[in-house]
Amino acid sequence: MIRLRRLLPGGSWLSAYAFLYVVFLYLPVMFLPIFSVNTAATPKFPLNGFTWKWYEGLLRTPELVEAAWNSLIVGVSAAILSTIFGILAARAITRYRFPGRRPINGLIMAPLVLPEIIIAISLLLVVLRLGIGLSLFTVMLGHVLICIPYSMTVLTSGFEGFDRSLEEASADLGESAFGTFRRVTLPMVMPAIISSLLVSFTISLDEFMIAFFLSGTEATLPIYIWGQLRFAAKLPGVLALGTLLLVASFVLMAIAEMLRRRAASRTHNEGGLYV
Amino acid sequence: MFDRVPPERTMIEIRDVTRSYGAFKALDDASLAIREGEFFSLLGPSGCGKTTLLRMIAGFDQPTSGSIAIDGQPMDGIPANRRPTNMVFQSYAIFPHLNVEQNVAYGLKRLRLDAGEEKRRVEEALEQVSLTGLGRRGATELSGGQRQRVALARALVMRPKVLLLDEPLSALDKKLREQMQIELRRLQQAVGITFILVTHDQYEALAMSDRIAVMFNGRIAQVASPKDIYQRPVTRQVADFLGGMNFVAAEIVEESGATLTVDTLGFGRVKAEKPPAFLRKGTSATLGIRPERLRVLWDEERFDFEVAGTVVERHYFGEVTHLIVDIPGLEKPLSVIETNDFGADDIPVGAAIRLAYDPEALVALAD
Amino acid sequence: MTAAADQSQPLVSGRKSKSGLLRTEIMQGLALISPTFLYAFILLVLPIVVVLAHSFWTQHYLTVDRTFTLANYRAALGEPMYRDLLWRSLRISLVVSGLTVFFAYPIAYYISFYGGRRKGLWLFLITIPFWTSYLLRIMSWKVILGYNGVLNSALMGLGILHEPSPALLYNSSAVVITLTHAWAAFAVLPIFVALEKVDRTLIEAAADLGDGPLRAFLRVTLPLSVPGIVSALLIVMIPTVGDFVTPKLVGGKDGMMIANAIQVQFGRAANWPLGAALSVTTMIVVSLMAGAAVFLIRTVARLAR
Repeated sequence: MIRLRRLLPGGSWLSAYAFLYVVFLYLPVMFLPIFSVNTAATPKFPLNGFTWKWYEGLLRTPELVEAAWNSLIVGVSAAILSTIFGILAARAITRYRFPGRRPINGLIMAPLVLPEIIIAISLLLVVLRLGIGLSLFTVMLGHVLICIPYSMTVLTSGFEGFDRSLEEASADLGESAFGTFRRVTLPMVMPAIISSLLVSFTISLDEFMIAFFLSGTEATLPIYIWGQLRFAAKLPGVLALGTLLLVASFVLMAIAEMLRRRAASRTHNEGGLYV
Repeated sequence: MFDRVPPERTMIEIRDVTRSYGAFKALDDASLAIREGEFFSLLGPSGCGKTTLLRMIAGFDQPTSGSIAIDGQPMDGIPANRRPTNMVFQSYAIFPHLNVEQNVAYGLKRLRLDAGEEKRRVEEALEQVSLTGLGRRGATELSGGQRQRVALARALVMRPKVLLLDEPLSALDKKLREQMQIELRRLQQAVGITFILVTHDQYEALAMSDRIAVMFNGRIAQVASPKDIYQRPVTRQVADFLGGMNFVAAEIVEESGATLTVDTLGFGRVKAEKPPAFLRKGTSATLGIRPERLRVLWDEERFDFEVAGTVVERHYFGEVTHLIVDIPGLEKPLSVIETNDFGADDIPVGAAIRLAYDPEALVALAD
Repeated sequence: MTAAADQSQPLVSGRKSKSGLLRTEIMQGLALISPTFLYAFILLVLPIVVVLAHSFWTQHYLTVDRTFTLANYRAALGEPMYRDLLWRSLRISLVVSGLTVFFAYPIAYYISFYGGRRKGLWLFLITIPFWTSYLLRIMSWKVILGYNGVLNSALMGLGILHEPSPALLYNSSAVVITLTHAWAAFAVLPIFVALEKVDRTLIEAAADLGDGPLRAFLRVTLPLSVPGIVSALLIVMIPTVGDFVTPKLVGGKDGMMIANAIQVQFGRAANWPLGAALSVTTMIVVSLMAGAAVFLIRTVARLAR
């Protein structure tokens, strides 16, 4: 490695660049928590003083609590559904060979690269044409659609490299198909499944575009924030709420990543230890 | 427990088994009887169908036609989990989320033994593979050799009628592999279970087995004891796969009973044992002789059967020397392996030498 | 008697269709994937077909006239307002995707070649801001670039400005900056993956054959990472065209994009067919542009060798 580095261009410049890049990524987001505890109502320097009052204000807003509740309902159901769909598809893709495997996979992954507005308005058109009222349910349907590709990615990385002979070994030792699933397959892919649940929940929690088009009168948290942005006086409260969402996302994703890695290191246990 | 049974009892009966994938035949009309308590090897190059056959015995694959019976019971439609066989996988397939003890006890859980009995059997199995005391070790903390032992213990603890081993030593380094060969053989004799080993390593098969089936292209070419497989191969392919062999073109001039009389250019007229394959008077055949069965004659030493030639190459291998000797009349020079006790390593290239051979060591081979 | 023998007693001659083993594997695979496939088909493919159909229809207040017409496309492509918006959207998404890839390449390179044992940590660090709400990231740029915002107050505090500049926010530069930041992680990952696949001995071989570090990079590493660059470009370009939150929050009048017009058609203006035609047009045009960009990059890469 050290010898290879001498053959590469610009090592020290790159380190400096990497540092600046991370600062560029994080700094803007960091202003949210900073100004959410600032006493001044407008986000500008110098900072005036420290306060929790904007956070306290949040609790006294019934619409906000309701929006949080709505987000929770949508997020949990979207996470569960997209993970179930993801498990089925990821298992099929990693375990079976069948015609049409690639195009089907392509279709399932398509929401990842389509402009969200296209997904949102096409769903909206269908929902309205069918005369189904807009509600949290329609938001959830849309969220499941865009969460599936992420669930798939997390789950395939957990299922892939899952040595097929492990399941054969279980059958060989007398276990039934269901027993094998319960005693071998499930425990090994559990971290990936939980990781998929967390990732999908986080996406749903933060998602704006689809919720914007497909929600009726009940707002999710991002929709609530969007509504508050019109009023300059509400900005500190929005910053406080935004900070809470940021922290939630950070924590959930950190756990999800840890679990995903554990799943991956379990299934890729071959090699490494015996060379 | 394991009653000693008459040695000739058949444990596995494979009758006319074919396994095709579309037009490709992974196994082509194979028939085989494996005896109870024997260490049997399926030997052949990769893609010869040996693993396919093993997986069909285990129940992971079904014959396209033909039948397999284990201990007199036909196995058609019986899934792997209801067969009296257990397998040691090539990758070992150690459950990474379980520790050693839990891995070994995996199959026992289904039998609902009482806790004491289960523990006793796990301990016993671990002892058999010399892993006593490592029960609590995590599956990912094991060395290659230990993984192999866990896989073995996990299968043995089930007390199967047949233990299947799919290239179990191929992931180990040379020294460990040789040690495990001896241990596996010892273990098999101790427990008396029928072992079926799949391997592509001819020395492994020769060293461990009671009998060997050599396979090529989905077909079984020969089934015999290691000694017979090595000394009396029936085809060129088998002879070639099991180590070095000098091939000499021959013409069959007479066949009487089990003996053939053939004419060769280098060795003249010789008699050889008739192989089971069809060889007819007047047709051509191949005569084979192993390099170590040719001996260099020194000075005035005389022997009834000898050929003369010139050394064209010499390769030193420590305890032995390989000589390549050009014999007038033979299209290919003979390869000779001579021990260095008498100074074979000092024979110069270009020297004229005489070689002695035992006519018993000459085998007639079908092409 | 052995314990294992007990398990083999039920001798059901359940003779399975033997040659069908391969077929059952196919059937099992298809059966397993079909729920997910059907979900994606019903909620993605069918709706897009519905959008396509609408784009050829006409809206009369609350009813839709289903006679085939190209009037919506004529409006979408003909009216200067939509043409300008579409043009600007394409320009912005092209600039954004170009910038993101340009800035992401060195960091992906750094992680892949200098990350060592901390590669995973670096990737995690880069991707985690991406998992926070899109809306919040845009909002933070509004806080930074606003008239009473972070940047203005900081510049004034440093004595560079005497009064807040209104020029920072509400224009297309603000949109470009915000989007470049928002999509950064999306560009790093594909480039990183492509760089990871570059066989390290190839670089040693290039050095062995006389190339210096820079030449080896230009002649080996860069061409081999082209697939990563291409997918990074596409993965940023296509979605950004359809963004309407960023233009609305930080774009002002000059930063509006085509998605804002689409949203208006499905909202206040309630002209779904026109909105559908605008969406379809956008999709087609952006696909063409993406195709052209890919073609261009591949050509350049081929010529550079």
